[in-house]
Amino acid sequence: MNNRLPGLHLKAEDFIPATAEEKESLVIMRDSVNFWRDGLRRLKKNRVAMVSLFFILLIMIFAYVLPSFWPYTYDQQIRTSENLSPFTYGEAELARIEAGEKVFPHICGTDKLGRDFAVRLMMGARISLTVGLVCAAIVLVIGALFGAIAGFAGGWVDNIMMRFTDIIYTIPDILLIIIMAMSLKPALEQLVTHKGFLWLQKLGPNMIAIFLVFALIYWVGMARITRSQVLILKESEYVTAARALGAGSARIIRKHLLTNCIGTLTVTTTLQIPSAIFTESYLSFLGIGVQVPMPSLGSLATDAVKGMNTYPYLLLFPAILISVIILVFNLFGDGLRDAFDPKLKD
Amino acid sequence: MGKYIVKRVGMGLLSIFVVATLTFFLMNMVPGGPFVAEKSISKAAQEALASKYGLDKPIMERYFTYITDFLKGDMGYSLRQRGRTVSDIIFSKFPVSAGLAGIAVAVALCVGIPLGCLSAYHRGKFGDRFIIVLATCGIAIPSFISSVVLLYTFGSKLNLLPTIGLNSFKAYIMPVTALAIYPSAYITRLMRSSLLDVMGQDYIRTAKAKGLAGFRVMFKHALRNAILPVVTYVGPMLAGLMTGSFIVEKIFTIPGLGREFVSSITNRDYTMIMGTTIILATLIIVANVVVDILYKVIDPRINLK
Repeated sequence: MNNRLPGLHLKAEDFIPATAEEKESLVIMRDSVNFWRDGLRRLKKNRVAMVSLFFILLIMIFAYVLPSFWPYTYDQQIRTSENLSPFTYGEAELARIEAGEKVFPHICGTDKLGRDFAVRLMMGARISLTVGLVCAAIVLVIGALFGAIAGFAGGWVDNIMMRFTDIIYTIPDILLIIIMAMSLKPALEQLVTHKGFLWLQKLGPNMIAIFLVFALIYWVGMARITRSQVLILKESEYVTAARALGAGSARIIRKHLLTNCIGTLTVTTTLQIPSAIFTESYLSFLGIGVQVPMPSLGSLATDAVKGMNTYPYLLLFPAILISVIILVFNLFGDGLRDAFDPKLKD
Repeated sequence: MGKYIVKRVGMGLLSIFVVATLTFFLMNMVPGGPFVAEKSISKAAQEALASKYGLDKPIMERYFTYITDFLKGDMGYSLRQRGRTVSDIIFSKFPVSAGLAGIAVAVALCVGIPLGCLSAYHRGKFGDRFIIVLATCGIAIPSFISSVVLLYTFGSKLNLLPTIGLNSFKAYIMPVTALAIYPSAYITRLMRSSLLDVMGQDYIRTAKAKGLAGFRVMFKHALRNAILPVVTYVGPMLAGLMTGSFIVEKIFTIPGLGREFVSSITNRDYTMIMGTTIILATLIIVANVVVDILYKVIDPRINLK
C-alpha cells in the first residue's frame, strides 16, 4: 500500500534517532555574550584604552615593585653625592669605582640631601597612586551605598537624603579641604601617639586627613549617579520577582541593584582616581600633603621649584610623571565608559 | 519658575551657612592662636589681646556673636594685620583675583568653543584627532605644573616675560595661560561632544535636506543648542579658577585673595579665615545658582518642577 499520507510528506527516515554529527550542528557554537564579555571585547578593540592600561600596569610596577629591588632607599642620604645630575657620581662613589667596586648609577640624579631621586620618584608615585586608589574606594563604598539606599527607599527618605547631598555638592570643596587638612592634622598627630592607633603613624596624619576629606565630600557625585541608576533598575521584573520570593531590601540592594549598575560604578570609580591624585598633588604643593621624609609627586615638585634654575630635571621628572599618571587613568576611564556604559552604546 | 528660583536661592543660603559654621568650628580645633607665634609679646599681653578680641569667651558665645555681627555686615578686625578691617582687606585684594579669573574665563571660552566646533566639523579627520590629543593632555596637567614650566621657560630661561606681580600687560600672560589651560581643554571636549550629539538630531537633518551648507547648519542651527552644556560649565569653572588661583598666585607672587586665604590659615587669623572663606564660598555658590537658573531660562525644553 501507500506508505505516505497524502499532503503530509512524512518519511520513515525522519523518525530515525539523530547521529552524533547532526546533534553537533544544532549545539550553539558560541556561548551567549554576557555583559562583561561584551564590554571586555569592546575594551580590547579600543587601542587607546589598551595602551593606557599597559602604562597603568607599568607605573604600578614602577611604584610598588621596583623600590624593593632598588639599591637605594627613599630616605638614604649619601654623603658627597648631593645635587648630582643624572648618571654622575659623587666623590666617595668615584673613589669606590676606582677601587674596583660597582656603584649603581643615579639614573635621575640626587637631591640636595644626597638622596637618590629615582627611588624617591618611585615612592612618590606609590604615595600618589595609593591616595588615588584608597580615595576612589572610599568614594565608591559611601557613594554607592548612600545612592542605592536613597533610590531604593524613594519617597521622603529619598527626598531628605538627596537634599543633604545637594548641600554638600554646593560647598566649595577645595576651601573645605584646606581648612580640614589644617585643622585635622594636630588632632590626628595626637591620636597616633595613643596605643592602638600606632599603625596610623605609618600613613601620617596628613594622608588620613586627605582620606577623611574625600570620605566626607567627594562621594556626592557617586551617590547621585548610583541613585539615578537604582531608580530605573528597581522597577524591573527581576526585582519584583525577588521581592515576591521574599527577599529583604538589603538583599535586593546588594544582590540585584548594585550588581546591575556595576558597569557605571566601575567607570565612575576609575575616573575618580585621577581626580584624587590631582587633589593630593595640589595639597602637597601648598604644603599640606603627606609627611616628610615621605615624598609624594606633588611635594617633590614643590621642593624642586626653589632650585629649578640650577636643577630643572628635579622638577621635570615629577611633573611629567604626575601628568602621565593622570592622563592614562583619564584615557582608560574614558575607554571603560565607552565599553561598559550602556547609555553610550551605539 | 519663581518657586524654583526661591528653592535654589534658599539652598544656596543654607550652603553658605553650613560652610561658615563648619569653618568656624574647624579652625578653632587648630591648636595655637593668632598671638602665640609672636615671641616679643609677653604672656600677660597675649591674654590682654585675646580678651580685647573676645577670644577668651566660650566658643559657642563667640560663634553666635560672629554670626550676628556678620549679618549686620561687620566682619571684624584682622587679628594679624592690626588696625585693618577684614572687609577692607578683602575689597582691596578681591579685584586682583577677580580680574585674573575673569580674563582666564574669557580666554578659556574664546579658545575652547572654536576649537570644539572645529574638531566636531572635521570629525574623524587629522585636525579632529590633533585637537582631541591636545585637549586630553590639557586636562591631565595640573595648574601648578603648567605655571612652573611656563615660569621656567619664558621667565627665567628665555627672559621674555616678568615673573612677579601683575604690573603690566605682559605680566598677565603667564598666570592667565596657566589658569586657562584646564578649562579651555575641558570646554573643547564638552563643545565637541555636545555638538556631535546635536548634529544627530532630526532638525539638523531637516536643515541639511533643505540644502543648507554644512558650515551654515553647524553654526546657525546646531551651535545654539550645543552651547548649553558650556553655559552650565561656567559655574564650576569659576569655582575651579578661584581655587586654582591659590597656586598661581603663590607661584607668580600675585597679591590676590587666594594667597590671603592660605596665609590667613597658617597665621590662625580667625576673622580673616572666616571672611575669606565666606566670600569665596558665596561667590562660587552664587555663580552656580545663577548658571542653574540661566540654564532653565535658556532652554525651554527643560521642565521646571
